[in-house]
Amino acid sequence: MYNLKVLIVDDELGMRNGIQRVLEGFRMKLPDVDDEIIFQIRTAETGAEAISMIDNERPDLILLDYKLPDITGLEVLEQIDTTDETTLTIMITAYASLETAVSAIKSGAFDFLSKPFTPEELRTKVSKAAQSIILAKHVKKLNEEKRQVRFQFISVLGHELKAPLGAVEGYLYMLNDRTLGNELGSYDECVQRCLVRTEQMRKLIIDLLEMTKIESGNRQRELTEIDLTEVANMSIETVLPEALKRKITIETHFDSPVMILADRTEMEIIMNNLVSNSVKYNRDNGRVEIDIKRTEDRIEASVKDTGIGMTKEESAKLFQEFVRIKNKKTKEILGTGLGLSTVRKIAKLYDGDVTVESEPDVGSTFHLNLKSHKPIE
Amino acid sequence: MTDQTKKTVMLVDDDFDLLNQLKLQFGSAGFNVISADSQEEAETLLKTIKPDLVVSDLMMENIDGGFSLSYYIKKKYPTVPVIIITGVTREIGLKFTTNNEEGRKWIKADAILNKPIKFEDLMKEVNKYL
Repeated sequence: MYNLKVLIVDDELGMRNGIQRVLEGFRMKLPDVDDEIIFQIRTAETGAEAISMIDNERPDLILLDYKLPDITGLEVLEQIDTTDETTLTIMITAYASLETAVSAIKSGAFDFLSKPFTPEELRTKVSKAAQSIILAKHVKKLNEEKRQVRFQFISVLGHELKAPLGAVEGYLYMLNDRTLGNELGSYDECVQRCLVRTEQMRKLIIDLLEMTKIESGNRQRELTEIDLTEVANMSIETVLPEALKRKITIETHFDSPVMILADRTEMEIIMNNLVSNSVKYNRDNGRVEIDIKRTEDRIEASVKDTGIGMTKEESAKLFQEFVRIKNKKTKEILGTGLGLSTVRKIAKLYDGDVTVESEPDVGSTFHLNLKSHKPIE
Repeated sequence: MTDQTKKTVMLVDDDFDLLNQLKLQFGSAGFNVISADSQEEAETLLKTIKPDLVVSDLMMENIDGGFSLSYYIKKKYPTVPVIIITGVTREIGLKFTTNNEEGRKWIKADAILNKPIKFEDLMKEVNKYL
């Protein structure tokens, strides 16, 4: 049940009662709202009474008579905030002159209703306003949620950027104060760690820029027909030196080529993340298996590793922004906690998703599923 | 091998490098150093080791791990001083202090210092308790 608060402002008792009766018996249903809408009515006889009631508790809809005993309906409108789209006013005028209607709308009324009107006319106007109010409320709620998410994101980001800076600063102070003596060699580890942390910070910034590009929608997406196995092979090439060093073998099972109508950069971001993770989080002498295949109208890819794996709880939060699984095993591995959340965002653009199956110390398999649009003929 | 003539300090921080810096600095200042990168690890070590002093970060895997850790320490070793260092004041403006009755009522640590902290300032505080 959805309660819409209505304030009827009219000096004629008959009018107030009439409107009240019509609306109280009115049950409205909107296509986008699951609940039935019912009207909760309050009434006022004068402009002054209306203003004080509005100040007290803001109604969603005001049915406002133009001609009131103290001030006019227009003056009431002037005294209430008409910029808030979650409160709308329907001006009721006795003289169906275009002039009054226009001035009412100019002063911020949503609509007008000329006396005399039938119950049907009243319901039609009220329905239209109610629809608009509910939409405005919905938008307002969404914006607030968005602001919340944004705020949280920025505070986490601030923390993630400050941590490496603090670490580097700490080592620099040690060098500056010659904390470990005058032998330059004593500071080798400090310098090494500074390099690791600045590298991490650079990665974070790059990941962040990629994510913003995807999120903002400002980036020019260029959909062309590309071979996903070719993209995967390029990602493999990038991680090959690291894989060789740690004796990790990478196997591919491609029914080559697998064509997809997609943006190349987006596919590269996906493949780079999944492939580099499969090496980064693998054990030495481990294995990576990459499958890419086409089903009816979708592309399915999986990247399987024999790495450290995750618990169910850890997998559950893996795709959130800035979530890095922190434990003894991941401590030495550089990561920003943005890669997989970006992968998921891109997958959603292709009406798809990325999911993970994982077992601690056995390995993880990431499944990517994308819709392949029909190639343009 | 621990040198019996040296004081033993336990250092706790979940940031690898901040912990490392404390380790290097306390080491070069002539302490025996034991370190932990989580509240959990610290509590495990404390089962068998009684340090002369503990320096711990506040925010670790649990939101206020430093507070719970100092509570644990004071219950086990009431005489071991605990110093908490935190960046939380600068980050979100929350201020904790043991300089008044109110703070001492629930914060079991002996001192709370704000990050970033110069090692000499930290040493000054440490020397108050040793």
